[in-house]
Amino acid sequence: MDRVEILKTYKIYIGGAFPRTESGRYYVPVHGNKQLGNICLSSRKDFRNAVVAARSACGKWSGKSAANRSQVMYRIAEILEGRKSQFVQELQFQGSTKSKAEQEVHASIDRLIYYAGWCDKFSQVFSSVNPVASAHFNFTAPEPMGVISICAPEDSGLLGLVDAVAPVLAGGNTCVALASEGMPLCAITFAEVLNASDVPGGTVNILTGKRTELLEHMASHMDVNGFLYCGSDEEEIRKVQSLAVENLKRVSISTSEKLLSSERQNPYCIEDFVEMKTTWHPIEIISGSGSGY
Amino acid sequence: MAKSPKLEFDVGWDLSPAPESTDHINLKGQYDLFINGKWTKPSSGKYFKTVNPANEKVLAEIAEANEKDIDKAVQAARKAYVEVWSKMPAAERGKYIYRIARLIQERAREFAVIESMDGGKAIRESRDVDVPLAAGHFFYYAGWADKLEYAFPNRRVHSLGVAGQIIPWNFPLLMAAWKIAPALATGNTVVIKSAETTPLTLYKLAEVIEASGIPPGVVNIVSGAGETGAAIVNHPDVDKIAFTGSTGVGKIIQRAVVGTNKKTTLELGGKAANIIFEDAPLDQAVEGVINGIYFNQGHVCCAGSRLFIQESVSDLVLRKLKDRMESLIVGDPLDKNTDIGAINSKEQLGTINHFIKTGKDEGAEMYQNSCSLPDKGYWCRPTLFTNVSQSSKIVQEEIFGPVLAVQTFRTIDEVISKANNTPYGLSAGVWTDKGSKIFNLTSQMKAGIVWANTYNKFDPTSPFGGYKESGFGREGGLHGLKPYLKI
Amino acid sequence: MGNKNKFSDFRVTARIDQVGIGDRIARIRSRSIKKEAKLQGLKMILNMIDLTTLEGADTTGKVQQLCNKAKFLHASNPELPTVAAVCVYPNFVSQAKKELEKTRIKVASVATAFPAGQSSMEVKIKDTKLAVDGGADEVDMVISRGRFHQGEYSYVYDEIAAVKEACGKARLKVILETGELGSLDKVRRASDIAIYAGADFIKTSTGKIKPAATLPVTCVMLEAIRDYFYETGSMVGMKPAGGISNAKLALQYLMLVKETLGNGWLSNEWFRYGASSLANDVLMQIEKQRTGIYQSKDYFSKD
Repeated sequence: MDRVEILKTYKIYIGGAFPRTESGRYYVPVHGNKQLGNICLSSRKDFRNAVVAARSACGKWSGKSAANRSQVMYRIAEILEGRKSQFVQELQFQGSTKSKAEQEVHASIDRLIYYAGWCDKFSQVFSSVNPVASAHFNFTAPEPMGVISICAPEDSGLLGLVDAVAPVLAGGNTCVALASEGMPLCAITFAEVLNASDVPGGTVNILTGKRTELLEHMASHMDVNGFLYCGSDEEEIRKVQSLAVENLKRVSISTSEKLLSSERQNPYCIEDFVEMKTTWHPIEIISGSGSGY
Repeated sequence: MAKSPKLEFDVGWDLSPAPESTDHINLKGQYDLFINGKWTKPSSGKYFKTVNPANEKVLAEIAEANEKDIDKAVQAARKAYVEVWSKMPAAERGKYIYRIARLIQERAREFAVIESMDGGKAIRESRDVDVPLAAGHFFYYAGWADKLEYAFPNRRVHSLGVAGQIIPWNFPLLMAAWKIAPALATGNTVVIKSAETTPLTLYKLAEVIEASGIPPGVVNIVSGAGETGAAIVNHPDVDKIAFTGSTGVGKIIQRAVVGTNKKTTLELGGKAANIIFEDAPLDQAVEGVINGIYFNQGHVCCAGSRLFIQESVSDLVLRKLKDRMESLIVGDPLDKNTDIGAINSKEQLGTINHFIKTGKDEGAEMYQNSCSLPDKGYWCRPTLFTNVSQSSKIVQEEIFGPVLAVQTFRTIDEVISKANNTPYGLSAGVWTDKGSKIFNLTSQMKAGIVWANTYNKFDPTSPFGGYKESGFGREGGLHGLKPYLKI
Repeated sequence: MGNKNKFSDFRVTARIDQVGIGDRIARIRSRSIKKEAKLQGLKMILNMIDLTTLEGADTTGKVQQLCNKAKFLHASNPELPTVAAVCVYPNFVSQAKKELEKTRIKVASVATAFPAGQSSMEVKIKDTKLAVDGGADEVDMVISRGRFHQGEYSYVYDEIAAVKEACGKARLKVILETGELGSLDKVRRASDIAIYAGADFIKTSTGKIKPAATLPVTCVMLEAIRDYFYETGSMVGMKPAGGISNAKLALQYLMLVKETLGNGWLSNEWFRYGASSLANDVLMQIEKQRTGIYQSKDYFSKD
C-alpha cells in the first residue's frame, strides 16, 4: 500500500507566528474544478493584529544596519533557493506549467537578491549634501516610512508578492501583505521561508482572504503609513486612495505587468516607501589661516 | 550692590521710528487676472479687496477668478505647454527662469515693502528672508532645467504638463517661487492661485514674468477663495496639484484627485517639537526658540510651537526666554526694527485669541511680553504657556500664531516619544552640544526637516516637506524636482 | 579669595555655539538706530569711552594732551558729556590724576605686566600697587593666557583674586585678551573665571593683539555677565576694547548691551569702550545730527 501523504495546513503569518485566523473562517480557492485547500479567511481583526506586530517590529528591522538587512534579505533568497521544488509544485498545483513555475521561482529568488543588494546602497543614490548658503552642514537622506499595507497582485502567487514585498523591506519598512486570493499557497509557504531566515518576527506579516473584506481596513488604518496596491481594478484603487486620505498614507499603484522582466527591478520602487529627511547643523567658522572668530 | 535679580528692558533708551519708505512702490488700485500673458478681466466682473493688516486700510482690489476663468487659464497653460514650452530646448527654458530671478533681485525692495504691507510681516524678514530666498529659488532651479538627466540615474524624465498650484498667505512670494521655479525648470506650465488675504506680490511677480518675455500662457496667475482653488484642483486638464496650506484643506484636495492621474504635492501643517537638553548652548537655544516660534508672527507651518526643556535647566531657560521676549518689538511691519509684525488677518487673530483663551481655560499659565501695541490693525504679543501637557489643546493643535507651549522632560526616551506623539511630522529642533546625542535625536524625530542647534533655516538647495499628516513631496533642492516629473 | 563666594567648575562652563552667536549679532546689526535714539546713543557712548594711550612712546606731553582732550572733547559744543576715563600705563597715573583734578573723569591704569602678562604674581601685584598708589581709580589687568591654555584655571582665578585684593577701592577690569583665546567657548570660560574671581569689569582686549573686540566675543561675555547676575543678583561691567573706531559700530555694541542685559547696564558705571579714535567719530556724528551737514575730520581735534 502506498504511504498516506501528510497534507499541509495553510495558516496566516503574524508577528513571526503562524496562527489560524481569529475568526475561525476559511475559504476554498479552486483551480478549474480542483480545490486548493482550506485557506484562512482573515478578518479585519487579523489585520489589526498584524499592524500591531508590524509596528512593534519597525525598530527591530529599521534598527539593523543596512548591511545586515542586506544579508537577511540575501538569506531569504538562499532559503527560497533551497525550497524551490516545493514552490514549483505549489505553482503547478495552482495551475502553472512546470517551466513557467520554475521561471517564476527563479525570478523571485533573483528579485530578492536584487533588492538585497540595494539595502545598503539606495540611500547613497537618493541622498544629497546640500550646499546651503549659510554656515550649516545640510544633508537629505531617506528613512523608512514605517508600516506598509501591501495588496499583492491577484494573478501571480509568488513573484507578485516577492516583487511587492522586497523593495518595501529593502527600504527598512515593515509590512502587512494580503496574498493573492485565488493563488494563496505560495504566499504562506513564502512566510515559512521568511520565518526560517533571520527576518525579525512582525517585519513581514502575510494574510490570506478576500480583498472585498480587507482592502477597506488596510487603506483606512490610522497606524499604517503607506499602501502598495498591485492591480488595476479602478474601483479598488479609488477606494484605497480615498480611505488613505484619512491619515495621508502614501499610496503607490503597481500593475502586475511584465513581472518577470528586469524592468521591474529598480531602486525607485524603494524610493516610493521612504521619507526624505533634511538635517541642518551649524559649522563653526574658525579657520586654520587664523581669520579669527 | 545686590539688587533684585531682574533685568529691566522697558525703560530708557528706546528706538526711534525707522519706517521703510513706501515712495518707490508701484501699486495699482486694481489687479486683473494674468492669463495667457494678458491682464484679463474676471468673467464674473467681481473683485475683492486686500487689506493692510497693520492699519486695516484697503491696498487694492483683486479680480476673483471663477471656474470659467480657471478653464481659460488651464487652456492657456495647456496650449503653451504643447506648442512652446515642452518643445523649447531646456537651456533656453532655464534662461527665462534666470531672468525672473534677476528681475526679482532688481525689484527686491519693492517686493519686500509690498509683502510687508499686504501680509503684515516685518520688513526685516521680507527684506532679508522672503525676497532673497524667492529670487534664490528661481536662480537655483533655472540651472536645473538642462541638467535633469543627472538627477535621476538610469532614467529619462518627462514633464507632467499643466501644474495647478495653490499657495498660502504666510509667505506669498516665497511660496510662489517654491512652486513656480521647479515646475518651469522641469518643463511644466503653471496656473497658480494666491491666497485671498495676500495676493499683491504674486501680481508683482506677474509683472516680472511679463517683463521676462517668457511665452504667454507658461505662467498664469489668478486669485480667489476656496472655490477658485477647487476649480483648479477639479479641472480635468490639470496634471499636477501642488498645495501648501492646512492639513484640513490638503485632505480635501487629496480626496478630490482620487481616481484621476493627477500627481500631488502637499505641504501642510505642523506642530514641531523644539527640544533643549541641559548640555545645550542655552543662550543660542533661546534665540532658536525665538526664531522658531515668533518668526513671521508664528504664521509658519514648521514653527517650533512645542518647546521641551530638560527639567534641570527649565527655570533658567524660561527666564532667559522671557527676558529675550522683552526685547522683541511688536508693531509697524514697515519699521526696520519691528521683530513681530501684524497678524495676517482679522480672522486669524480671532483664531489665535481663541487658542489663547483655551490655554487659559485649561489652566495653563500664560506669559506675554509687555510691549505696547498699535491702536489699529491686528496684533498679538509674543506669548508662551507653561503648565501644559501633551493633552492640552494648545499643545496638540496648530495655532499658526506667536504662541509657544512649554513642557519639561527628564530623559531622552521620554522626550522622543512626546515629540513624535502628534499626527504631524514637518519639522523638529534639537539643542545639545553632544554630537552622538544629536544624531540619535535627528534620526529619531519623525519629521521631514530637523534643525540641530539651529531653527527655521531655509535654502533653495535644501529639500523641505513633511512626514505623516504634514503632507508629502519635497520642495527645494534636488528632491524638489521629482514631484514635477514622470520618471 | 575674591569678593564673590560662589565657585564653579570652570572645566564645564556654559556651551557656546558660534554660528548661533553669529545669527544673534546679525540681528543686532540690523537694528536701525536713527534720529533721537541715535543722538541719545551717541551721547551715552561718549560718556562711556576710556580714552586710551598705551604706547612705548608715551610721554608726559602725550598724556597731558590726552587729558586735555578728555576734558574738552569738542570746544564748540560744551554741553556734551565728557568721556568716562583716561587709560594710561602705571607710571603716568599720578600725572593724569593731577591733570584731571576737579573733573569727574576717572583715571584707569593698565597693570600686571601689561600687555603679555608674562611675569610672576609678585611683580604683577607690585605693578598693581604702583598704579593704585598713584591714585588710579581703576586698574585694567591682563589674565595669564599661557596658564589658562595650560588648563591651570585655579592659578588664573587666584591671580585675579590677588590683584583684586591689591586694588583696594579701585575697580578692577580684567582683560581676557580674547584674540589669544582661540574660541568662543574659551572666551566664556575665561569670563566666568574672571567674574567669579572678583572682576568688576571684564574686558576683551589689550589692543595689542588682533582680533581685538568683536561683537560675537562681546556677546559671549555679556551672556556670562547675565548668567552671573541671574545666579547672584550682582552686576559686572563690560568693556570691549580695540577695533571700535566708528560710531555706527559703537551703537551696535550699545544695542547688544541693551538687548542682552537691559537698561541697567547703559551707563559708564557698567559699560565702557576702550578706544582712542572713537571719540572723534562720535563727535562728528553728533555734529551731523545737530546740523544736518556731513562733517570733516579737520574740524575735530586730534590728540
